[in-house]
Parts: sequence; C-alpha cells; structure tokens
Amino acid sequence: MSMDKPIVAQARGYLLSRARWSPFEIIFWIVAFASIFFLQSKHLILTEIAILGLFALSLDLILGYAGIVSLGHAAFFGFGAYVAGLLAKHGIIKEPVLAMLASGVAAMALGFVTSFLVLRGSDLTRLMVTLGVALVLREIANRLDITGGADGLQGIVMEPVLGHFAFDIFGKTAYVYSLVTLFILFLVARRIVNSPFGLSLRSVKGNPLRASAIGINVNIRLVAVYTIAAGYAGIAGALLTQATQFASLSVFDFERSADVMLILIIGGTGYLYGGLIGSVLFKLVQDYLANVNPQYWQFWLGLVLVMMIMFGRVYGAVMATIIYVACLALKLSFMQSIIITIIAVAVLGLMRPQILQITSRITERAKAALDGVKAKFRRSA
Amino acid sequence: MLTILFDGIAYGMLLFVVACGLAVTLGLMNFVNLAHGAFAMAGGYITVVAVNRLGVPFLAALPIAFLFAAVIGVVLERTLYVHVYAKTHLEQVLFTIGLVFMSVAAVDYVMGSQQQFVTLPSYLQGQINLFGIGIGRYRLLIIAVCGLLTIALQFSLANTRFGSRLRAAVDDARVARGLGINVNAVFAITFAVGSGLAGLGGALGAEILGLDPHFPLKFMIYFLIVVTVGGTSSITGPFIASLLLGIGDVAGKYYAPQFGSFIIYIIMIVVLIWRPQGLFSRAVAK
Amino acid sequence: MAPVLETKGLVKEFGGITATNDVSLTVQKGARHALIGPNGAGKTTIINLLTGVLRPTTGTILLEGRDITSLDPHKRVQLGIARTFQINQLFNDMTPLETIGLAVSERLELGGQWWRLVGSKSVVIEESVEILDRFHLADVMDHRTGDLPYGKQRLLEIALAIACKPNVLLLDEPAAGVPEAERHDILDAVAALPKDVTVMLIEHDMDIVFSFADRISVLVNGGLFVEGPPDEVARDPRVKAVYLGEEVVHG
Repeated sequence: MSMDKPIVAQARGYLLSRARWSPFEIIFWIVAFASIFFLQSKHLILTEIAILGLFALSLDLILGYAGIVSLGHAAFFGFGAYVAGLLAKHGIIKEPVLAMLASGVAAMALGFVTSFLVLRGSDLTRLMVTLGVALVLREIANRLDITGGADGLQGIVMEPVLGHFAFDIFGKTAYVYSLVTLFILFLVARRIVNSPFGLSLRSVKGNPLRASAIGINVNIRLVAVYTIAAGYAGIAGALLTQATQFASLSVFDFERSADVMLILIIGGTGYLYGGLIGSVLFKLVQDYLANVNPQYWQFWLGLVLVMMIMFGRVYGAVMATIIYVACLALKLSFMQSIIITIIAVAVLGLMRPQILQITSRITERAKAALDGVKAKFRRSA
Repeated sequence: MLTILFDGIAYGMLLFVVACGLAVTLGLMNFVNLAHGAFAMAGGYITVVAVNRLGVPFLAALPIAFLFAAVIGVVLERTLYVHVYAKTHLEQVLFTIGLVFMSVAAVDYVMGSQQQFVTLPSYLQGQINLFGIGIGRYRLLIIAVCGLLTIALQFSLANTRFGSRLRAAVDDARVARGLGINVNAVFAITFAVGSGLAGLGGALGAEILGLDPHFPLKFMIYFLIVVTVGGTSSITGPFIASLLLGIGDVAGKYYAPQFGSFIIYIIMIVVLIWRPQGLFSRAVAK
Repeated sequence: MAPVLETKGLVKEFGGITATNDVSLTVQKGARHALIGPNGAGKTTIINLLTGVLRPTTGTILLEGRDITSLDPHKRVQLGIARTFQINQLFNDMTPLETIGLAVSERLELGGQWWRLVGSKSVVIEESVEILDRFHLADVMDHRTGDLPYGKQRLLEIALAIACKPNVLLLDEPAAGVPEAERHDILDAVAALPKDVTVMLIEHDMDIVFSFADRISVLVNGGLFVEGPPDEVARDPRVKAVYLGEEVVHG
C-alpha cells in the first residue's frame, strides 16, 4: 500500500492534525506573553501563577497521562526549591538558569529513585506512599542544620539571570524568567504527549493489562514519565526559591500537593492546559478571598472541592459559587456564612438524586443546542 | 524507660480509639475518610467548651464528646458520605479533604488558632507511685478508659448479633446482603460509633496530642499508618499497630530526637511496598 | 519437527484449587489448535499462563524451544506470542487508528521515541491502515473505540493482536458475545489468518471448532482429557459424555 492511496493520506492527516496548534492555544500564549507589557503592576502574582502552572503541569503528566495518583507531588517541588536555594546560598552555581536546571536534574534523580514505590499496589497505596515520601522530606528539611530547619533557607541573594537580567523588586525579571521557562518546558511536554511515547502512556493509563499484552513495558514507561514529571516539579520549586529568594518548609506541605490536585480537578486533566488554566483561576480567587482572612479562603476552597465531587466539575463549581454569592448578597458575617453553608450542603446532599436529574437534563439540552449551532455553521460555511 | 513505655502505651491506645473507626470504615465500605480526624477534633473542642466554659465535670464531658461526634457522624454520613461510596479512592480522598478544609477553617475562625487545654480535675493531675515508678494519673486514666473500650469493642464484635453482622459485612458485603443483613444500617451505626469513638479519643487526647484547628491534618498520617499497617480485616491489627506506633513515636522522640517522626513514615512506606494489604490483614487488598 | 509452542507439566494452584493440572501441550508450527472444554475447565487460565499474566506453580513453557516460563508478559509479546481476551480489552478513549498504530510502532521499536509526532512515520501508518482495512475497520478508524458497536470492537480486539505480527496467536473465544449478523466478519478474519501463524483457539461453538481446527485438546477440571485430530475427538465417547452431561444439566 503506497503513500499515494487517499486513505493513508487521510489517516496521516488525521493523526498529525491532533498535534496541530489550535487558535485557542495561540491566543493563550499571546496573552500570556503580552501580560509582560500590559500587566506590569501584576508581575508578582503572575510569577506565582506561572510557577504554580508549571507545578500543575508536572502533576498532569503523571495523573492525566499516566494515571498515577499522588498526594505528595510537593516532595519534588520542595526538593527542587531547596536544592536551588542551597546552590545559590553557598555560591555553588551562581547563574540562576544553570542552578534551575541543576535543581531539575536533582529532582529527576529523586523522582527516579522513588518511582519504584508507585509501581506496586493499589491507588490507595500510591496515595499513602507518595504522601509518606513528602512527609519524610519535610522532616529531613526540618531536622538538618544546612536547610535551616523550621526557619527555612534565608540569606539567598540571586545573581542576574544569564548574567544580564537582575532580579528587580517589581518582579519583572522573575516573571519573564518564569514564563519563558514554563513555555519552553510546556513545548517539550506537548511534544512528548503527542509522540508515540505519549500515546503509549495513554494506553497504559487506559488499560495497563492490554498495554503489556501488546508488548509495552509498562513499568519502564511509568518510571520514565514519573522521573520527567519530578524534574518539572523540581524546576517549579527552584523558580519559586529564585523569585522569592527564600525557601521554607511550606514547600513540602501537604496543602501544596492538595492544592495542585485541586487545580487539575478545576482545570481538567489530560490536555496540558488544565493545570495552566486551573492555576490562573485558583490564584486569582485565592488572592481575592484570602485578603479577607486566610480561613475564609480555605473554607470556600473546601466547599468547592466537596461540591465538585458531589455534583461534577461544572455544576459543583456553579453551586459553590451560588452559595458564596448568596452569603455575600445577604451580607452575612463569616460566622453566619459558615452555618448557612453547612446547612445548605447537608440539604443539597439529601436532595442529590433529584439535583442530578435536573443537571443531566440541562446538560442534554445544552449539548443539543450546541450541536444545532455547529450544524448551522457547517451549512453556512 | 518504663515511664516511656507507659507513655507510649497510653499514646498508642489513644491512637487506636480514634483510628479504629477509620479502619472499620475502610474495611467495611472501602471508603477512605481523611476527615476522620475532624471528628476527634470536634470531640476535643466540645470538651474544652464544656469543661472550661460551662463547668461540666471532666468525666461527664467524655460521653458528651462521644455523642456529639457520633451525631455529627450520622448526619454527615446520611447526607454526604453515602453519595461518595461508589466513587474512586482518589475522589473520596479529595472529597474528605474538602470537608477537612471546611472544618479546619471554621474551627480556626470560631475558636481561634491557639492550642486549647482542658482544665483537668485535680485528681487527674500529677503522678501516683506504683511499684516505685512514677505514673501519670491522666495517662493511667487514658489506658484504663481505652482498655475498657477495646475490650468492649472486641466483645461486641465477637459475641453480639450486631458484631457478627458487622464482621460478615466486612468480609463480603454482597454475600451479607444476600443473607438478609441490612448492610446500609450496619454501616450507618458503625460509622456513628466510629465517629463517636474518635470524638471520645479527641476529648481524652487534647492534653496529650495537642488540640488546635490543624489537628485533623497533623494527625491524618498517623491514623492512616494505623490503618494501613494494621490492615482492615480485624481490630487486633490496628490495635497492635497503634501500640507499636505510640511506643515507637514516644521512644523515638526521647532517644533519637534528631530523627523525629520520620522513621515512622519510612516504616509506613516500607510496609506498604512489602505488603500493601497491611501487616496483619488476612485478605489481599481490594 | 520441533513444536513451536510446548508446555511441560504445567500446574497452577490458587490456594486449595488446582486450576491447571499437569498440562503438557505440544503445538506444531502453522497448526490450527482448538482448546475446548466445559465452563470452568481452566482454558483461559492456560492462556494466562502462556502469556505470563499468571506464573505457574510448577512446569515449563517453551516458545520455539526457548524457555519463557519466567519472562514478563511484554517480553513474550516481543518474542512473538500474542493473545486476544474473552472480554474486550481495548483502549476505549483511543481510536482504532491510534490503537493499531501503537501496536505497530511498538513492534518496530519506535515506541520510546518521545520527540517524533504520532503520524510522522509513514511505514507505521501504511501498515496500520492496511490492517484496519483487512478487518473492515477503515471506515471507523478515527472514531472513539468505546463508541464502536460490539462487533467492530471485537474485530479490533483481534486486529490488535495481529498488529503485533505474532508467530503464535492465542484467541480466547473470538466470537463470544458478537451479534449473529456480525459473526461472519469475525470468522472470516480468523479463517484468513496467515498460514505460517500458529493459532490456538478457545471456543465453545462446535461448528467453528470443527470447521477451523486441525487438532483439538479437551480440557476438563484443569487437566488434559483427550487430544487428537477433530474426527477422533468427535467420535470419542468420553468427550461426548463430558459434553452430554453438561447439556443435560443446562437443559
């Protein structure tokens, strides 16, 4: 069968089109880079978003593409953060980009060594083992003198990036540096997931039994992606240390692993942008709500999580937002909001079957409407 | 040395009382409840309020803590948890983490973030001298209460009708249903009792474990270790695991403080890799 | 002639149950070997043992004279033995083109290449399309596998094993659950398998067995009961008793 046959060309075209850049993607990155110039006052939070996005991207690689669940991904984030801090503080590698890459390699090594722990056992085992690894690292960082213990690594002074671009107090250098790093790593990840290797990961996630029955060495693929993801997370941690010139124990916190998991739930897994979009939403809402008081943010975050699991991603988010807005509109104090929310959640839980009927009907109608609109476009095209 | 052993046993038995509900929940309904620590926290805080502010005698506050946590457990189970049983472990984990966040934030805001202490009655303070060893009276109470509870649990599991229904349902829920056992009712009651025990453990443990709004997160890993190392097919497994964990943690902190808790975590990882179903479990993990 | 597939004293015990009881099989190259027996006789267990999904309690398995008893499943596939599953084991979120393409590229050892794009290797695409066409799946090659009708999924199940270019192909009830109207597609595909590929077939449908097989092994309670050419097995009164007994029970 030669390449001239139309069906072969059609097959090839179909496969290659899956990796083609969609307009949405192009707009996303144009806006991201444009923000360097148009959102100058927001560079500090944008840097946080970029770093968080990279961290979430790394979790997407293992969770969304390989199906590995982890409650301790912060282990690699934190490890990269501390390695970068130590490299800078003790003048071992002064140039930030090199130090960042070195931290990534260190995190990859840690990922490789611990990858064997996630190959065996059930999802529950994986959740606990990954949690355990993160806790072990946190304890080690807590105990060692060299890591500064509970006070963290202080006194880090960063040299200019690539010898030219000094870190400034407005965070512009940090933002450009983080964004460019994120973009490059994103491009690499995008190539990986659209490669035969990435396809094999999807098959492992979808049906590991069949994957090994067609000759795929499942364990080696999982080790490979886990190692890469660890490297990405480590680089994100390194960027945090370099941007803030500080590394604390909180980089290993359980909340960090849980937050990035939540970000992927919000944004969706398996298409690489879930972590990026989710991070933007997460950080913006967090910034807005945490200004009231930190417990405020944690409370509503918990509510979103509960609602999303009970009613699905979209409806759960909508319902959590409705409850929140209702509390605002009724000008309730936080105390009153807590009570009202608890009652609301209990009531919604009791009525869940009925609510699910309504939401599935809405989804059906929305899909039908969307199909109708699509058909109209095709006809007029 | 004996004091350390004694303290470790008290700590371990406390962990057991709190964690046994979690073990049964996991074994019975295959449900991972990371919010289990929140019930202990609830018991602890209601005791603080009752004893410190309302003047309720300490020993009377203990059953109040049990009931308070049990009621919360029943309400939560019937309205929320029941919808999550069929979901994946990851979704259950995320769901219960959400509940933990909500409860931690709420308690932090309402009660403040400082550690709470229960004013113990005078007869529970200080030590008594037993065979030449100084034994803390409070820890003695803990061992006594927890010991009695453990015996009561084991007795009711082995010798009551409810106990045999529970054991049947843990062994194989489908077959149990086929035999006419109302597994959902068994579970609701078990969940209530498990939560109540957690509350009681939290009340007793406020002095020893430290009570603050972050309790559920701080101790989550300990309860998980008890359950994973001890397995979920009996209560003897978690009991032994709790004692080992309690003694190990206290002894570790005393003899090798630079290692702290991290030996515990490493042991957990090693056990999970070697025997994913737990050290004492009969069956293979589901 | 040396057999292409051989087992010697294969035993598999689960706790107190002996699922496979001292099975010694010999399969010649190019054979069409059917494995039949009542439900629960242990036929799928044998396939699981041959492919490495299960490890035997004792006994050896030889593929083209080479001892593969302790090899991992994916290694055995690389040595040329592939199987299909009784219940479809497919990648529901992938398309048939991606599925077959994956098997082909893995076989050509391109699977680890993370820098190429899927679809950039023409030899993979050509072969994948050819296989899909052969199995009447070309028209649905870009549909989601999970959305395909059962008959098409079953064809994909077999096509996927074929894409591994095995020397030995183990088919576990290939026509099971397929609606009557689509059965002939499956049977034609099985009949059209290359003559140099050795096929071992588990089947309940006796018409398929007797029209396809040149040798039949009857498995009862994990042990080899009777073995021989189809007409011998058909005439054997013991075989009739085993199956007749089952028919009486099931009415």
